Amino acid sequence: VTSFIQILIDGIAVGALYALVALGYTLVYGILQFINFAHSDIFALGAWSAFTAAAVLGLASNFGASVPPFYLTLLVLLAATLACGAAGYVIERFAYRPLRNAPRLNVLITAIGVSLLLQNVGQLEVFRAQKSGITQYSLPFGPYPRVMPPMIPEGFIEFLGLRFSYIDLIVLVLAVVIMVGIELLIFHTKVGLAMRAVSFNHRTAALMGVNVNRVISFTFVTGAMLAGAAGFLYCLKYPQLRQTADTMWVLFGLKAFVAAVVGGIGNVRGAMLGGLCIGLIEFLGVTYVSGNYRDVYVFSILILVLLVRPSGILGKAVVEKV
Amino acid sequence: MNAPHASSDSPAASPDPAAQLRPPLWTAVPRAIWPVIVGVALAFCLQEFLVPGMPTFSSVIAFAGINVLLAVSLNLVNGFAGQFSIGHAGFMALGGYFGAAIVYYGTAVIYGDFNFHGGWISYLGSSRNTPEMPVRGGELLFLGGCILGGLISVCAGYLVGLPSLRLRGDYLAIVTLGFGEIVRVLLEGTPNQLGPYGLSDAERATLEQTPFPGLLYRVGGPQAFNGLPTYSSHFWIYVWVAIVLAVAVRVKYSGYGRSLLSIREDVIAARSIGVDVTRYNVRAFMLSAFFAGIAGVLTALYVGQIKAGDLGFSRSFEIVIMVVLGGLGSISGAVMAAVLLTFLPEVLRDPPTVVSPPVLATIVVLAVLIALRSPKRLRGLAVLIGVCLAYELCRWAADASGRRLSDFRMIIYAFVLVMLMILRPQGLLGVHEIWDVWPLNRLPMLRRRLGNLPATTGDVPPAAPPAGGDAA
Repeated sequence: VTSFIQILIDGIAVGALYALVALGYTLVYGILQFINFAHSDIFALGAWSAFTAAAVLGLASNFGASVPPFYLTLLVLLAATLACGAAGYVIERFAYRPLRNAPRLNVLITAIGVSLLLQNVGQLEVFRAQKSGITQYSLPFGPYPRVMPPMIPEGFIEFLGLRFSYIDLIVLVLAVVIMVGIELLIFHTKVGLAMRAVSFNHRTAALMGVNVNRVISFTFVTGAMLAGAAGFLYCLKYPQLRQTADTMWVLFGLKAFVAAVVGGIGNVRGAMLGGLCIGLIEFLGVTYVSGNYRDVYVFSILILVLLVRPSGILGKAVVEKV
Repeated sequence: MNAPHASSDSPAASPDPAAQLRPPLWTAVPRAIWPVIVGVALAFCLQEFLVPGMPTFSSVIAFAGINVLLAVSLNLVNGFAGQFSIGHAGFMALGGYFGAAIVYYGTAVIYGDFNFHGGWISYLGSSRNTPEMPVRGGELLFLGGCILGGLISVCAGYLVGLPSLRLRGDYLAIVTLGFGEIVRVLLEGTPNQLGPYGLSDAERATLEQTPFPGLLYRVGGPQAFNGLPTYSSHFWIYVWVAIVLAVAVRVKYSGYGRSLLSIREDVIAARSIGVDVTRYNVRAFMLSAFFAGIAGVLTALYVGQIKAGDLGFSRSFEIVIMVVLGGLGSISGAVMAAVLLTFLPEVLRDPPTVVSPPVLATIVVLAVLIALRSPKRLRGLAVLIGVCLAYELCRWAADASGRRLSDFRMIIYAFVLVMLMILRPQGLLGVHEIWDVWPLNRLPMLRRRLGNLPATTGDVPPAAPPAGGDAA
């Protein structure tokens, strides 16, 4: 039983990351009805800018030494979220806004194009910072994988025979804090009201005096910042950073998207629930069935949910109107 | 549809006016077959005369053919039926692995080794310098593998198409995406293959004792399934291209194709005039999957190996991009886009200047076309000149910084894709075919033969409703 609960804890920690990325998908889908395929690359951007920020602060070769002070960790987190937010704004403004009234398929292809663009620009190496012959970081992120320096002390708390590692705890706490914040933002502020209005109907919202473009930009930036925070947490948990064009990033993004769909796309609480479900299912499957089919579980759950309840666990069924 | 319907107004003159417009029944078979026969002849000429002339582009020409096959078949689902499938590489992987396994283990069982045992067509190409012309059935095995690989994809296409009963739009797209990923991961979990570089005693025993179907799932797992006999030549690839083109054109101008287009334009309206939406969608999926499976077999047996890891969602996206670039629903557009996008990365490896003769000629032709026919000719010309200048600037910048432009080809590719979607959202041709477009639509022969689609279709694709509840 202890090991079972231990697996649950691991699953929930990863599920919280999925949930954070899924929130970005679901926010954008709720407001624009399209799958933002570039979101997984924003997530990668978050992880890589966290690494670059850490390297700029001189922590890149900090292995084995003591953990940096806490305010530096916060600074790195801030850098990652800000970089992603800025990228989200630029993408929305220059790639998606001109297509606001185009057919959905075109927006989808544009998203794929933006995703390719981000992946490949991320692999360039225009500037290389070296210290005593060792490359510390490159701008953009360069064609080689890197290792994130540790920012959280290693170790764990033992509680009732269960081990909570510090990293898992921080990931969980931060994810929960962010989710509560998003919940408050959407359901208890004026901007959140505007977002809900726009997602319900663009034109009517505009007639009620909502600046639709600004709200959409705001939504994009929020989603991107969440992905940035998720990227930071991800590279704390898994310090091996692959190149930005590695399919691993897109696969993570796709699973997060699956989480959003399973929870009910366009539904904020659904994204959180779906993320946790996907994390749990993945870990349970890997432990009790076989580790080779990690992705199969997630996508089978997706197809199952879509067939049985297409609007997701918490989603409302859409009635087709003529 | 403007064809006169049989009506009760003129019962005396002829019982069915539509019947008079129809060509006689006995011509049906020749009319269906002649494009394929011409295609076979052209494919033969291509292999015998064209490919030996340009050895550097030999494999690119083959991949262009495979991409045409994929793009045209995906166009049946994405372009005609308007269902968005982004799991085409999954069909390709499934059919490819199955067909390749049949050919590979079939060769082992029949001939006792894993070598190439071609028939006479494979020996015609100058790439095979085998002295004698053997009368052997390897070619038949290959053809059987193609068809069986296609058929297993058809089964998968049936399963994937079925959810379109309940799901449409983005949700169906996600199902196809999930299907593609599941296929990839399952194929990566298969056990090692037997051979191809000799067999250990244990392997030989397995080969002899296992019944044939039991062998088929030993396809290499996370490594590639390799050492396949390379039966598929330019000839075979382009024969299948001819078949898919003939099928696609005939589907598009048939009642079935027009029903598919009506589903794409408006599902509810299509249903209200009696189109069985689910059945038509499932059929489109099955037809499309058949050719995708064959493309998989052709690729595997051209390269000599097939790897599930290469057939993930990024390969699917490549094909979708071809279809959208060509124009959803346009067969000739898909062909042009597939050829263009296959050659583009190769050309960018060693980019020519704008003033080199072939490029300059293309630009002049484009400029003349824009100046004569485009409604926004100034903007069109400005874009053309801007593209040329930007290209030269990129070349210059790459030279100046001591890098090659080909290092940036993926960035250029992605950027061009985004710009194209913003500037020309309907793709190269929209729903039209090349013979609907000036100057080819002035040729009376083509007009009479094919007729034009209603001009309104697809020129201005219907804008997506901004949000739920808007349409009410």
